Amino acid sequence: MERSSLQGSARRRLQDQWIQYGLRACAGLAVLTSLGILFVLLKESLPFFEEVSPIEFLFGTTWAPLMEPRKFGVLPLVSGTVLVTVVAALVVIPVGSLAAIYLSEFASDRKRRILKPMLEVLAGVPTVVYGYFAIVVVTPALRLILPQAEIFNALSAGLVVAIMVIPTVASLSDDAMRSVPQALRDAGHGLGATDREVAMGVVFPAALSGVLCGYVLAIGRALGETMIVTMAAGATPRMTANPLESVQTMTGYIVQVSLGDTPVGTTEYRSIFVVGLALFLMTLCINILSFWVRSRFREQYS
Amino acid sequence: MSRLEIFPDLLEQRRRKDRVFKRVALVATMIGLVALGALILGVLVQGLPWLSMDFLNNFPSRKPSKAGLKAAFYGSLWLISLTTIIAVPIGVGAAIYLEEYAKDDRRHRLLELLIANLAGVPSILYGLLGLIAFVRIFDLFEKDTVFLGIPLPFGRSVLAGALTLALLVLPVLILSTREALRAVPDSLRQAAFGLGSTRWQCIRHHVLPAASPGILTGVVLSLSRAFGETAPLIMMGALTYVAFTPESVFDSFTAMPIQIFNWASRPQADFQGVAAAGIVVLLTVLLGVNAIVVALRNFLERKRIS
Repeated sequence: MERSSLQGSARRRLQDQWIQYGLRACAGLAVLTSLGILFVLLKESLPFFEEVSPIEFLFGTTWAPLMEPRKFGVLPLVSGTVLVTVVAALVVIPVGSLAAIYLSEFASDRKRRILKPMLEVLAGVPTVVYGYFAIVVVTPALRLILPQAEIFNALSAGLVVAIMVIPTVASLSDDAMRSVPQALRDAGHGLGATDREVAMGVVFPAALSGVLCGYVLAIGRALGETMIVTMAAGATPRMTANPLESVQTMTGYIVQVSLGDTPVGTTEYRSIFVVGLALFLMTLCINILSFWVRSRFREQYS
Repeated sequence: MSRLEIFPDLLEQRRRKDRVFKRVALVATMIGLVALGALILGVLVQGLPWLSMDFLNNFPSRKPSKAGLKAAFYGSLWLISLTTIIAVPIGVGAAIYLEEYAKDDRRHRLLELLIANLAGVPSILYGLLGLIAFVRIFDLFEKDTVFLGIPLPFGRSVLAGALTLALLVLPVLILSTREALRAVPDSLRQAAFGLGSTRWQCIRHHVLPAASPGILTGVVLSLSRAFGETAPLIMMGALTYVAFTPESVFDSFTAMPIQIFNWASRPQADFQGVAAAGIVVLLTVLLGVNAIVVALRNFLERKRIS
């Protein structure tokens, strides 16, 4: 009797071991995916750099991969990506932060329970729908106000990207500000501060780690956004700081080439992997920045 | 002038600033909602005239009036079902390992950082990975090889698309499942261990049922992302004329977001309407599924309490 129950327990422990191995393999897939992305990008990029010098790629100011004489200077694509991201950040940082302050500090519980899920619907809308919204609604409206804007322009794309990432900023900042203890607010009010002074002078700085993290994540998503910029920002690689002009982003270029019928193994074909590698490194820096911000500015309240 | 005399003025000024600030904050909150309203309204105005049973039953066509969503609709269903089958067991398994088994040592913190980083990698890069790793399988096989009844490489098939999307949603799935597992109180685990259950018995019979509403929400949120995803599928070369519905996982396919992109980027104005009609269907499916899941989650939570 006793022996058989012990055997049963041994079998169960063995089963537990095997299950643990299986589950660990699932987690290991994350490592494999990361290595896979890096491997694929590097494998196609290295032959590219045998034909184009890295110096020309990194510092060249002309991107003309499809016509002779071909030029592979990545800066115009980077500047297009950065321009759209800057427009989006300039809009979403004030709008998202103010929305978060309203939700966490001023709105009644009932209003918050309605408004926050509605804002989060924005995060669930597919990007191709945003792209359609940009070309059918936002760009025509923009050209009514600013007739000098081109049909495809960075401003329209940036504005719509900003709308897409509003929930990223607002939700994260709202969560961060709501986890600031009530005692801090009470202390502020007790010293005679108004609601605004408490929100801006006490709660917002106390929640800074979460708020900054939201900004960084939003910028990361804007850098890698593909469909909106492909549909609304145009396909003209150029270095400009004027958001009313048509530009091309790194993601936009990758899509443009894969829509055409570029033969496998040519320099143009490999160039999408090189641009992808550059994009990967940019988002990697942004991600590392977000980890750093979270640990550097974290305030613990218990 | 003594301080007492200027103080009321200053206070009044501060209160006025307060009122203005609150109003500005409210306006900022509304900007997102107004944009959402404009988006839905714009799509409905453009799309409703084109929405009909024919639109749902027809294959794509060069004529706007004959174009339909059938191939894309079934393609999307195939794709998302297969993605679910692949991604959910692996994602939940990885989350269980990290939350319930893994020790808090340096190797596992590195693994956590990797997963968090993968969640921030742009979806288009997953498309490049899918193109090389699944569509072409690193060019290891001759064209049209058949091994054990499986055509290799996978080409632009449903299987290649689903594998790519599965890798794309895994990090988000792992993060949200871990969140749900973390919310299960430790007392539940200690009670099970105290009665002599192994770790797996404890997870299988106590932790997973308690965490299931949270896990379900995470699963649906991440899969709805996959459902609307366009860029990775374009990278795989899925943007082709497809006038049939898939019959096996090795068939080529089109999907709703790709079809919408295709229509929206045509110059004829009528196709903008057709694209909008496609968006109406896409958003209806997404909102419908989300509503069902919210209801199901409330049901599960109530069942556990009673």
